Amino acid sequence: MAALINVPTKAKRGEIIEIRTLTSHIMETGFRHAAAGDLVPRDIITSFTCRYNGSEVFRADLFPAIAANPYLSFFTVAKESGKFEFEWIGDNGYASTASASITVE
Amino acid sequence: MFGITAAAATLVRPSMSRAQSAGRIVVIGGGFGGTACARALKRANAALQITLVEPNKVFIACPFSNEVIAGLRGIEAQQFGYDKLAADGITIIDQAATRIDPQQRRVTTSDGPSLAYDRLVLSPGIDFHFDALPGYDDAASEKMPHAWKAGAQTLLLRKQLEAMADGGLVAIAIPANPTRCPPAPYERASLIAHYLKTKKPRSKVLVLDAKDGFPQQRLFEKAWKELYGGMIERVALSQGGRVTSVDPSTNTIITEFGNYTPDVANVIPPQRAGRIAEIAGAANATGWCPIDPVTFESKLVPNIHVIGDACLGGGIPKSASAASTQGKACAAAIVNLLAGRPTETPRLTGVCYNTVAPAYGFSLAGNYQPKGDIFVEVEGGATSPVDAPRELRAREAAEAETWFRTITADTFG
Repeated sequence: MAALINVPTKAKRGEIIEIRTLTSHIMETGFRHAAAGDLVPRDIITSFTCRYNGSEVFRADLFPAIAANPYLSFFTVAKESGKFEFEWIGDNGYASTASASITVE
Repeated sequence: MFGITAAAATLVRPSMSRAQSAGRIVVIGGGFGGTACARALKRANAALQITLVEPNKVFIACPFSNEVIAGLRGIEAQQFGYDKLAADGITIIDQAATRIDPQQRRVTTSDGPSLAYDRLVLSPGIDFHFDALPGYDDAASEKMPHAWKAGAQTLLLRKQLEAMADGGLVAIAIPANPTRCPPAPYERASLIAHYLKTKKPRSKVLVLDAKDGFPQQRLFEKAWKELYGGMIERVALSQGGRVTSVDPSTNTIITEFGNYTPDVANVIPPQRAGRIAEIAGAANATGWCPIDPVTFESKLVPNIHVIGDACLGGGIPKSASAASTQGKACAAAIVNLLAGRPTETPRLTGVCYNTVAPAYGFSLAGNYQPKGDIFVEVEGGATSPVDAPRELRAREAAEAETWFRTITADTFG
Protein backbone atom coordinates (compact mmCIF):
# COMPACT_ATOMS: atom_id res chain seq x y z
CA MET A 1 0.00 0.00 0.00
CA ALA A 2 1.19 3.47 -0.81
CA ALA A 3 1.58 5.92 2.02
CA LEU A 4 -1.45 7.84 3.23
CA ILE A 5 -1.06 11.61 3.24
CA ASN A 6 -3.42 14.25 4.58
CA VAL A 7 -2.45 17.81 3.61
CA PRO A 8 -5.13 20.51 3.31
CA THR A 9 -5.70 21.30 -0.37
CA LYS A 10 -6.21 24.99 0.47
CA ALA A 11 -5.01 27.26 3.28
CA LYS A 12 -4.72 30.97 4.07
CA ARG A 13 -1.26 32.51 4.04
CA GLY A 14 0.26 32.28 7.52
CA GLU A 15 -2.22 29.64 8.68
CA ILE A 16 -0.92 26.78 10.86
CA ILE A 17 -1.80 23.54 9.09
CA GLU A 18 -1.70 19.93 10.26
CA ILE A 19 -0.05 17.30 8.10
CA ARG A 20 -0.66 13.58 8.68
CA THR A 21 1.20 10.67 7.20
CA LEU A 22 0.90 6.92 7.60
CA THR A 23 2.99 4.35 5.85
CA SER A 24 2.77 0.57 5.93
CA HIS A 25 5.88 -0.99 7.41
CA ILE A 26 6.50 -4.06 9.56
CA MET A 27 8.91 -2.19 11.95
CA GLU A 28 10.56 -5.46 12.99
CA THR A 29 12.50 -4.66 16.16
CA GLY A 30 15.40 -7.07 15.75
CA PHE A 31 14.81 -8.36 19.28
CA ARG A 32 12.25 -11.06 18.52
CA HIS A 33 12.94 -14.73 18.06
CA ALA A 34 11.19 -16.89 15.48
CA ALA A 35 9.59 -20.19 16.50
CA ALA A 36 12.81 -22.04 15.61
CA GLY A 37 14.76 -19.84 18.03
CA ASP A 38 16.73 -17.71 15.57
CA LEU A 39 16.65 -13.92 15.85
CA VAL A 40 14.39 -12.10 13.39
CA PRO A 41 16.65 -9.45 11.82
CA ARG A 42 15.84 -5.81 12.39
CA ASP A 43 13.82 -4.16 9.62
CA ILE A 44 12.65 -0.66 10.49
CA ILE A 45 12.20 2.77 8.97
CA THR A 46 15.01 4.91 10.36
CA SER A 47 14.21 8.36 9.01
CA PHE A 48 11.30 10.46 7.78
CA THR A 49 11.64 13.84 6.08
CA CYS A 50 9.10 16.39 4.84
CA ARG A 51 10.14 19.14 2.41
CA TYR A 52 7.95 22.12 1.51
CA ASN A 53 8.90 23.52 -1.90
CA GLY A 54 12.34 22.00 -1.49
CA SER A 55 13.19 23.08 2.03
CA GLU A 56 13.01 20.72 4.97
CA VAL A 57 10.22 21.59 7.46
CA PHE A 58 10.08 18.38 9.48
CA ARG A 59 12.34 15.42 10.15
CA ALA A 60 12.03 12.44 12.50
CA ASP A 61 14.38 9.60 13.41
CA LEU A 62 12.58 6.32 14.06
CA PHE A 63 13.73 3.53 16.38
CA PRO A 64 12.83 -0.12 17.06
CA ALA A 65 10.33 0.78 19.79
CA ILE A 66 8.05 2.48 17.25
CA ALA A 67 5.07 0.33 16.29
CA ALA A 68 4.31 -1.06 12.86
CA ASN A 69 2.78 1.27 10.27
CA PRO A 70 4.18 4.52 11.67
CA TYR A 71 1.69 7.37 11.84
CA LEU A 72 3.18 10.86 12.08
CA SER A 73 1.29 14.09 12.54
CA PHE A 74 2.94 17.52 12.64
CA PHE A 75 2.28 21.18 11.98
CA THR A 76 3.76 23.81 9.70
CA VAL A 77 2.89 27.30 8.47
CA ALA A 78 1.29 27.66 5.03
CA LYS A 79 3.59 30.17 3.30
CA GLU A 80 3.07 29.70 -0.42
CA SER A 81 1.38 27.44 -2.93
CA GLY A 82 3.40 24.44 -3.93
CA LYS A 83 4.33 20.93 -3.06
CA PHE A 84 5.05 18.88 0.04
CA GLU A 85 7.40 15.96 -0.51
CA PHE A 86 7.70 13.09 1.94
CA GLU A 87 10.47 10.54 2.20
CA TRP A 88 10.85 7.42 4.34
CA ILE A 89 14.24 5.68 4.53
CA GLY A 90 15.00 2.44 6.36
CA ASP A 91 16.89 -0.81 6.77
CA ASN A 92 17.70 -3.06 3.79
CA GLY A 93 17.68 -0.12 1.40
CA TYR A 94 14.05 0.76 2.10
CA ALA A 95 13.00 4.03 0.46
CA SER A 96 9.55 5.39 -0.20
CA THR A 97 8.29 8.79 -1.33
CA ALA A 98 5.00 10.62 -1.66
CA SER A 99 3.87 14.17 -2.37
CA ALA A 100 0.86 16.47 -2.02
CA SER A 101 0.01 19.93 -3.35
CA ILE A 102 -1.36 22.93 -1.51
CA THR A 103 -2.89 26.20 -2.72
CA VAL A 104 -2.17 29.14 -0.42
CA GLU A 105 -4.42 32.16 -0.82
CA MET B 1 -3.64 -13.87 46.55
CA PHE B 2 -2.77 -12.88 50.11
CA GLY B 3 -3.88 -9.30 49.49
CA ILE B 4 -7.25 -10.42 48.20
CA THR B 5 -7.89 -12.75 51.13
CA ALA B 6 -6.96 -10.05 53.59
CA ALA B 7 -9.19 -7.48 51.91
CA ALA B 8 -12.13 -9.88 51.86
CA ALA B 9 -11.67 -10.66 55.56
CA THR B 10 -11.81 -7.03 56.60
CA LEU B 11 -14.94 -6.47 54.53
CA VAL B 12 -16.74 -9.40 56.02
CA ARG B 13 -17.10 -8.07 59.54
CA PRO B 14 -19.37 -5.04 59.03
CA SER B 15 -21.53 -6.97 56.59
CA MET B 16 -22.05 -9.79 59.06
CA SER B 17 -23.58 -7.59 61.68
CA ARG B 18 -25.91 -6.08 59.10
CA ALA B 19 -26.70 -9.40 57.52
CA GLN B 20 -28.40 -10.56 60.69
CA SER B 21 -30.87 -7.70 60.55
CA ALA B 22 -31.22 -7.28 56.81
CA GLY B 23 -29.28 -8.66 53.87
CA ARG B 24 -30.59 -5.96 51.59
CA ILE B 25 -29.14 -6.04 48.10
CA VAL B 26 -29.96 -3.51 45.42
CA VAL B 27 -29.11 -4.37 41.81
CA ILE B 28 -29.04 -1.52 39.30
CA GLY B 29 -29.56 -2.57 35.69
CA GLY B 30 -31.87 -5.29 34.40
CA GLY B 31 -29.79 -6.64 31.54
CA PHE B 32 -28.16 -10.05 31.31
CA GLY B 33 -25.77 -9.32 34.20
CA GLY B 34 -28.02 -7.62 36.75
CA THR B 35 -30.97 -9.94 36.19
CA ALA B 36 -28.83 -13.09 36.45
CA CYS B 37 -27.27 -11.72 39.64
CA ALA B 38 -30.62 -10.83 41.26
CA ARG B 39 -32.08 -14.26 40.55
CA ALA B 40 -28.96 -16.13 41.68
CA LEU B 41 -29.01 -14.20 44.97
CA LYS B 42 -32.67 -15.03 45.57
CA ARG B 43 -32.11 -18.70 44.72
CA ALA B 44 -29.11 -18.93 47.03
CA ASN B 45 -30.96 -17.40 49.97
CA ALA B 46 -34.68 -16.67 49.79
CA ALA B 47 -34.43 -14.54 52.96
CA LEU B 48 -32.36 -11.87 51.20
CA GLN B 49 -34.23 -8.72 50.20
CA ILE B 50 -33.42 -8.20 46.55
CA THR B 51 -34.43 -5.06 44.66
CA LEU B 52 -33.83 -4.60 40.94
CA VAL B 53 -33.77 -1.00 39.70
CA GLU B 54 -34.46 -0.80 35.97
CA PRO B 55 -36.36 2.03 34.24
CA ASN B 56 -37.41 -0.01 31.20
CA LYS B 57 -40.40 -2.30 31.64
CA VAL B 58 -39.29 -4.30 28.62
CA PHE B 59 -35.71 -5.43 28.08
CA ILE B 60 -34.52 -5.52 24.47
CA ALA B 61 -31.60 -7.89 23.96
CA CYS B 62 -28.56 -6.97 21.87
CA PRO B 63 -27.53 -10.51 20.85
CA PHE B 64 -29.39 -11.33 17.61
CA SER B 65 -30.31 -7.66 17.08
CA ASN B 66 -28.05 -7.69 14.01
CA GLU B 67 -30.58 -10.15 12.54
CA VAL B 68 -33.29 -7.53 13.14
CA ILE B 69 -31.20 -4.94 11.28
CA ALA B 70 -30.83 -7.38 8.38
CA GLY B 71 -34.59 -8.06 8.29
CA LEU B 72 -34.22 -11.70 9.33
CA ARG B 73 -36.01 -11.34 12.66
CA GLY B 74 -38.67 -9.22 14.34
CA ILE B 75 -37.77 -7.01 17.29
CA GLU B 76 -40.46 -8.82 19.37
CA ALA B 77 -38.14 -11.83 19.50
CA GLN B 78 -35.66 -9.60 21.37
CA GLN B 79 -38.08 -8.41 24.05
CA PHE B 80 -38.29 -9.76 27.58
CA GLY B 81 -40.14 -8.72 30.73
CA TYR B 82 -39.48 -8.93 34.46
CA ASP B 83 -42.66 -10.74 35.57
CA LYS B 84 -40.83 -13.94 36.49
CA LEU B 85 -38.40 -12.03 38.67
CA ALA B 86 -41.29 -10.45 40.54
CA ALA B 87 -42.76 -13.95 40.96
CA ASP B 88 -39.42 -15.04 42.46
CA GLY B 89 -39.92 -12.43 45.17
CA ILE B 90 -37.57 -9.82 43.71
CA THR B 91 -38.82 -6.24 44.08
CA ILE B 92 -38.74 -4.42 40.73
CA ILE B 93 -38.46 -0.63 40.79
CA ASP B 94 -39.13 0.74 37.30
CA GLN B 95 -37.20 3.95 37.87
CA ALA B 96 -33.76 5.16 36.94
CA ALA B 97 -31.18 5.29 39.71
CA THR B 98 -30.05 8.91 39.89
CA ARG B 99 -27.77 9.13 42.91
CA ILE B 100 -25.77 6.81 45.13
CA ASP B 101 -24.55 7.64 48.63
CA PRO B 102 -21.85 5.07 49.50
CA GLN B 103 -21.54 6.38 53.10
CA GLN B 104 -25.23 6.08 53.91
CA ARG B 105 -25.52 3.09 51.55
CA ARG B 106 -28.51 4.51 49.79
CA VAL B 107 -29.72 4.70 46.19
CA THR B 108 -31.98 7.54 45.03
CA THR B 109 -34.34 6.83 42.13
CA SER B 110 -35.80 9.33 39.66
CA ASP B 111 -39.39 9.28 40.84
CA GLY B 112 -39.58 6.50 43.36
CA PRO B 113 -38.35 5.40 46.74
CA SER B 114 -34.87 5.85 48.13
CA LEU B 115 -33.38 2.41 48.76
CA ALA B 116 -31.03 1.36 51.56
CA TYR B 117 -28.57 -1.45 50.84
CA ASP B 118 -25.96 -3.62 52.49
CA ARG B 119 -24.47 -4.52 49.14
CA LEU B 120 -25.08 -2.72 45.84
CA VAL B 121 -24.56 -4.36 42.46
CA LEU B 122 -24.05 -2.11 39.45
CA SER B 123 -24.79 -3.68 36.08
CA PRO B 124 -25.41 -0.53 34.04
CA GLY B 125 -23.92 -1.69 30.73
CA ILE B 126 -22.39 0.98 28.53
CA ASP B 127 -22.88 4.62 27.77
CA PHE B 128 -21.39 6.47 24.85
CA HIS B 129 -18.29 8.58 25.18
CA PHE B 130 -19.45 11.42 22.92
CA ASP B 131 -16.47 13.65 23.80
CA ALA B 132 -14.25 11.10 22.07
CA LEU B 133 -16.08 11.54 18.74
CA PRO B 134 -16.61 15.22 17.85
CA GLY B 135 -19.87 15.85 16.01
CA TYR B 136 -21.63 12.83 17.48
CA ASP B 137 -24.29 13.00 20.18
CA ASP B 138 -27.86 11.85 20.83
CA ALA B 139 -29.22 14.18 18.14
CA ALA B 140 -26.64 12.88 15.62
CA SER B 141 -27.64 9.30 16.45
CA GLU B 142 -31.11 10.04 15.02
CA LYS B 143 -29.44 10.59 11.66
CA MET B 144 -26.40 8.32 11.94
CA PRO B 145 -27.69 5.52 14.17
CA HIS B 146 -25.31 3.58 16.40
CA ALA B 147 -27.77 0.71 16.99
CA TRP B 148 -25.41 -0.32 19.81
CA LYS B 149 -28.21 -0.37 22.38
CA ALA B 150 -31.04 -2.48 21.03
CA GLY B 151 -34.46 -0.92 20.50
CA ALA B 152 -35.45 2.22 18.59
CA GLN B 153 -31.90 2.56 17.23
CA THR B 154 -31.99 -0.99 15.84
CA LEU B 155 -35.24 -0.22 14.03
CA LEU B 156 -33.95 3.13 12.75
CA LEU B 157 -30.93 1.49 11.12
CA ARG B 158 -33.25 -1.15 9.64
CA LYS B 159 -35.52 1.57 8.24
CA GLN B 160 -32.58 3.42 6.66
CA LEU B 161 -31.38 0.22 4.99
CA GLU B 162 -34.86 -0.45 3.65
CA ALA B 163 -35.14 3.10 2.28
CA MET B 164 -31.71 3.03 0.59
CA ALA B 165 -31.68 2.63 -3.19
CA ASP B 166 -29.84 -0.26 -4.86
CA GLY B 167 -26.25 0.76 -5.49
CA GLY B 168 -25.99 2.65 -2.20
CA LEU B 169 -23.11 2.69 0.26
CA VAL B 170 -23.52 1.60 3.88
CA ALA B 171 -20.65 2.63 6.17
CA ILE B 172 -20.01 1.14 9.59
CA ALA B 173 -17.66 3.09 11.87
CA ILE B 174 -16.03 0.88 14.51
CA PRO B 175 -14.28 2.30 17.59
CA ALA B 176 -11.11 1.06 19.29
CA ASN B 177 -11.28 -1.37 22.23
CA PRO B 178 -12.67 -1.73 24.81
CA THR B 179 -16.23 -1.93 23.52
CA ARG B 180 -19.37 -3.93 24.06
CA CYS B 181 -19.24 -7.22 22.12
CA PRO B 182 -16.02 -6.87 20.06
CA PRO B 183 -16.98 -9.21 17.15
CA ALA B 184 -20.50 -7.79 16.75
CA PRO B 185 -19.64 -4.99 14.25
CA TYR B 186 -18.24 -7.61 11.87
CA GLU B 187 -21.31 -9.81 12.29
CA ARG B 188 -23.37 -6.72 11.48
CA ALA B 189 -21.33 -5.98 8.34
CA SER B 190 -21.92 -9.59 7.27
CA LEU B 191 -25.66 -9.60 7.84
CA ILE B 192 -26.15 -6.20 6.22
CA ALA B 193 -24.24 -7.58 3.21
CA HIS B 194 -26.61 -10.54 3.23
CA TYR B 195 -29.60 -8.22 3.07
CA LEU B 196 -28.03 -6.12 0.32
CA LYS B 197 -26.98 -9.14 -1.72
CA THR B 198 -30.54 -10.45 -1.55
CA LYS B 199 -32.40 -7.18 -2.17
CA LYS B 200 -29.97 -4.51 -3.43
CA PRO B 201 -27.06 -6.37 -5.01
CA ARG B 202 -25.26 -3.34 -6.45
CA SER B 203 -24.74 -1.87 -2.96
CA LYS B 204 -21.59 -1.95 -0.84
CA VAL B 205 -20.61 -2.10 2.81
CA LEU B 206 -17.64 0.01 3.91
CA VAL B 207 -16.13 -0.81 7.30
CA LEU B 208 -14.09 2.04 8.80
CA ASP B 209 -12.18 0.47 11.64
CA ALA B 210 -10.08 1.95 14.46
CA LYS B 211 -8.55 -1.52 14.93
CA ASP B 212 -6.14 -3.56 12.85
CA GLY B 213 -7.20 -6.97 14.13
CA PHE B 214 -10.50 -8.28 15.50
CA PRO B 215 -11.89 -11.50 17.02
CA GLN B 216 -12.38 -14.42 14.67
CA GLN B 217 -10.96 -12.33 11.86
CA ARG B 218 -9.91 -15.24 9.65
CA LEU B 219 -13.34 -16.83 9.93
CA PHE B 220 -15.07 -13.57 9.06
CA GLU B 221 -12.78 -12.74 6.16
CA LYS B 222 -13.18 -16.23 4.72
CA ALA B 223 -16.96 -15.97 4.99
CA TRP B 224 -16.98 -12.52 3.37
CA LYS B 225 -15.01 -13.85 0.42
CA GLU B 226 -17.17 -16.97 0.10
CA LEU B 227 -20.55 -15.33 0.53
CA TYR B 228 -20.24 -11.70 -0.48
CA GLY B 229 -17.33 -11.40 -2.92
CA GLY B 230 -16.15 -7.81 -2.93
CA MET B 231 -19.26 -6.39 -1.32
CA ILE B 232 -17.60 -5.67 2.03
CA GLU B 233 -14.57 -3.38 2.01
CA ARG B 234 -12.70 -2.88 5.28
CA VAL B 235 -10.30 -0.02 5.94
CA ALA B 236 -8.23 -0.99 8.98
CA LEU B 237 -6.46 1.35 11.39
CA SER B 238 -3.17 1.08 9.54
CA GLN B 239 -4.92 1.95 6.29
CA GLY B 240 -6.40 5.12 7.79
CA GLY B 241 -9.67 3.61 9.02
CA ARG B 242 -9.93 5.42 12.35
CA VAL B 243 -12.92 7.77 12.42
CA THR B 244 -12.02 11.07 14.10
CA SER B 245 -15.27 13.04 13.75
CA VAL B 246 -18.62 13.10 12.00
CA ASP B 247 -20.81 15.78 10.44
CA PRO B 248 -24.45 14.71 10.73
CA SER B 249 -25.69 17.68 8.65
CA THR B 250 -24.05 16.16 5.56
CA ASN B 251 -23.91 12.51 6.74
CA THR B 252 -20.12 12.72 6.51
CA ILE B 253 -17.71 10.42 8.33
CA ILE B 254 -14.23 11.91 8.71
CA THR B 255 -11.14 9.73 9.16
CA GLU B 256 -7.52 10.78 9.61
CA PHE B 257 -6.98 10.50 5.88
CA GLY B 258 -10.28 11.09 4.14
CA ASN B 259 -13.99 11.88 4.17
CA TYR B 260 -16.83 9.52 3.32
CA THR B 261 -20.45 10.40 2.60
CA PRO B 262 -22.35 7.10 2.66
CA ASP B 263 -26.07 6.68 2.06
CA VAL B 264 -26.42 4.95 5.43
CA ALA B 265 -23.98 5.77 8.22
CA ASN B 266 -23.92 3.36 11.15
CA VAL B 267 -21.63 5.15 13.59
CA ILE B 268 -20.67 3.11 16.66
CA PRO B 269 -19.11 5.62 19.06
CA PRO B 270 -16.41 4.96 21.69
CA GLN B 271 -17.89 3.68 24.94
CA ARG B 272 -17.57 3.75 28.72
CA ALA B 273 -19.40 2.33 31.72
CA GLY B 274 -23.04 3.31 32.18
CA ARG B 275 -23.43 6.77 33.71
CA ILE B 276 -24.55 5.59 37.15
CA ALA B 277 -21.13 3.94 37.66
CA GLU B 278 -19.49 7.34 37.35
CA ILE B 279 -22.10 8.90 39.66
CA ALA B 280 -21.32 6.20 42.22
CA GLY B 281 -17.62 7.01 41.96
CA ALA B 282 -16.88 3.49 40.73
CA ALA B 283 -15.45 4.45 37.32
CA ASN B 284 -11.83 5.58 36.93
CA ALA B 285 -10.15 7.76 34.29
CA THR B 286 -10.56 5.02 31.68
CA GLY B 287 -14.34 5.41 31.97
CA TRP B 288 -14.64 1.80 33.20
CA CYS B 289 -14.82 0.30 36.72
CA PRO B 290 -11.82 -1.42 38.32
CA ILE B 291 -12.86 -4.41 40.43
CA ASP B 292 -11.51 -7.18 42.60
CA PRO B 293 -12.17 -10.04 40.15
CA VAL B 294 -12.82 -12.53 42.95
CA THR B 295 -15.77 -10.63 44.47
CA PHE B 296 -16.48 -8.03 41.75
CA GLU B 297 -16.27 -5.42 44.50
CA SER B 298 -15.27 -1.99 43.27
CA LYS B 299 -11.64 -0.99 43.87
CA LEU B 300 -12.88 2.55 44.43
CA VAL B 301 -16.07 2.33 46.53
CA PRO B 302 -16.71 -0.25 49.29
CA ASN B 303 -19.86 -2.42 49.28
CA ILE B 304 -20.46 -1.74 45.59
CA HIS B 305 -19.95 -4.55 43.09
CA VAL B 306 -19.69 -3.97 39.35
CA ILE B 307 -20.48 -6.63 36.75
CA GLY B 308 -20.97 -6.91 33.01
CA ASP B 309 -19.87 -4.45 30.33
CA ALA B 310 -19.14 -1.72 32.91
CA CYS B 311 -16.29 -3.48 34.71
CA LEU B 312 -12.65 -3.55 33.70
CA GLY B 313 -12.56 -7.26 33.00
CA GLY B 314 -9.22 -7.60 31.22
CA GLY B 315 -9.36 -10.68 29.00
CA ILE B 316 -13.05 -11.40 29.39
CA PRO B 317 -15.08 -9.79 26.59
CA LYS B 318 -18.04 -7.49 27.22
CA SER B 319 -20.81 -9.83 26.15
CA ALA B 320 -24.21 -11.09 27.33
CA SER B 321 -22.73 -14.45 28.17
CA ALA B 322 -19.89 -12.92 30.21
CA ALA B 323 -22.29 -10.59 32.04
CA SER B 324 -24.54 -13.50 32.95
CA THR B 325 -21.70 -15.65 34.29
CA GLN B 326 -20.29 -12.65 36.16
CA GLY B 327 -23.72 -11.93 37.67
CA LYS B 328 -23.92 -15.46 39.06
CA ALA B 329 -20.33 -15.44 40.37
CA CYS B 330 -20.91 -12.04 41.97
CA ALA B 331 -24.08 -13.37 43.65
CA ALA B 332 -22.12 -16.30 45.09
CA ALA B 333 -19.45 -13.93 46.41
CA ILE B 334 -22.05 -11.64 48.03
CA VAL B 335 -23.81 -14.59 49.70
CA ASN B 336 -20.47 -15.69 51.16
CA LEU B 337 -19.51 -12.18 52.24
CA LEU B 338 -22.87 -11.64 53.97
CA ALA B 339 -22.57 -15.00 55.73
CA GLY B 340 -19.00 -14.30 56.80
CA ARG B 341 -17.66 -17.19 54.77
CA PRO B 342 -14.50 -16.96 52.64
CA THR B 343 -15.11 -16.17 48.99
CA GLU B 344 -14.27 -18.69 46.31
CA THR B 345 -12.22 -17.88 43.22
CA PRO B 346 -14.63 -17.91 40.30
CA ARG B 347 -13.94 -19.64 37.01
CA LEU B 348 -15.97 -17.91 34.36
CA THR B 349 -16.97 -19.11 30.94
CA GLY B 350 -17.98 -16.95 28.02
CA VAL B 351 -19.32 -17.99 24.67
CA CYS B 352 -19.89 -15.92 21.60
CA TYR B 353 -21.68 -16.88 18.40
CA ASN B 354 -21.39 -14.99 15.15
CA THR B 355 -23.88 -15.47 12.37
CA VAL B 356 -22.71 -14.16 9.01
CA ALA B 357 -25.67 -15.43 6.95
CA PRO B 358 -28.66 -17.69 7.59
CA ALA B 359 -27.30 -21.18 8.36
CA TYR B 360 -23.71 -19.89 8.53
CA GLY B 361 -22.31 -19.36 12.01
CA PHE B 362 -19.17 -19.83 14.06
CA SER B 363 -18.26 -19.48 17.69
CA LEU B 364 -15.67 -18.70 20.31
CA ALA B 365 -15.71 -20.08 23.84
CA GLY B 366 -13.32 -19.06 26.58
CA ASN B 367 -12.59 -19.76 30.24
CA TYR B 368 -11.40 -16.95 32.48
CA GLN B 369 -9.95 -16.71 35.97
CA PRO B 370 -8.86 -13.82 38.19
CA LYS B 371 -5.22 -12.81 38.03
CA GLY B 372 -4.28 -9.64 39.85
CA ASP B 373 -6.93 -7.02 39.16
CA ILE B 374 -8.37 -8.54 36.01
CA PHE B 375 -9.51 -11.75 34.37
CA VAL B 376 -7.17 -13.69 32.13
CA GLU B 377 -8.11 -16.40 29.69
CA VAL B 378 -7.11 -19.89 30.85
CA GLU B 379 -6.95 -23.16 28.95
CA GLY B 380 -10.03 -24.96 27.78
CA GLY B 381 -11.28 -22.38 25.27
CA ALA B 382 -12.24 -23.27 21.73
CA THR B 383 -12.83 -21.53 18.46
CA SER B 384 -14.45 -22.86 15.30
CA PRO B 385 -12.00 -24.16 12.69
CA VAL B 386 -11.29 -21.84 9.77
CA ASP B 387 -11.67 -24.67 7.29
CA ALA B 388 -14.87 -26.54 7.93
CA PRO B 389 -17.75 -27.92 5.83
CA ARG B 390 -20.94 -25.90 5.51
CA GLU B 391 -22.75 -28.47 7.66
CA LEU B 392 -20.69 -27.34 10.64
CA ARG B 393 -21.46 -23.67 9.92
CA ALA B 394 -25.16 -24.55 9.70
CA ARG B 395 -24.98 -26.50 12.94
CA GLU B 396 -23.27 -23.61 14.71
CA ALA B 397 -25.89 -21.17 13.40
CA ALA B 398 -28.57 -23.44 14.89
CA GLU B 399 -26.59 -23.70 18.13
CA ALA B 400 -26.47 -19.91 18.28
CA GLU B 401 -30.27 -19.80 18.31
CA THR B 402 -30.40 -22.47 20.99
CA TRP B 403 -27.88 -20.48 23.03
CA PHE B 404 -30.07 -17.37 22.79
CA ARG B 405 -33.23 -19.24 23.81
CA THR B 406 -31.37 -20.82 26.72
CA ILE B 407 -29.74 -17.69 28.09
CA THR B 408 -32.90 -15.61 27.80
CA ALA B 409 -35.00 -18.36 29.42
CA ASP B 410 -32.41 -18.65 32.18
CA THR B 411 -32.36 -14.89 32.70
CA PHE B 412 -35.97 -13.81 32.18
CA GLY B 413 -38.06 -16.99 31.88
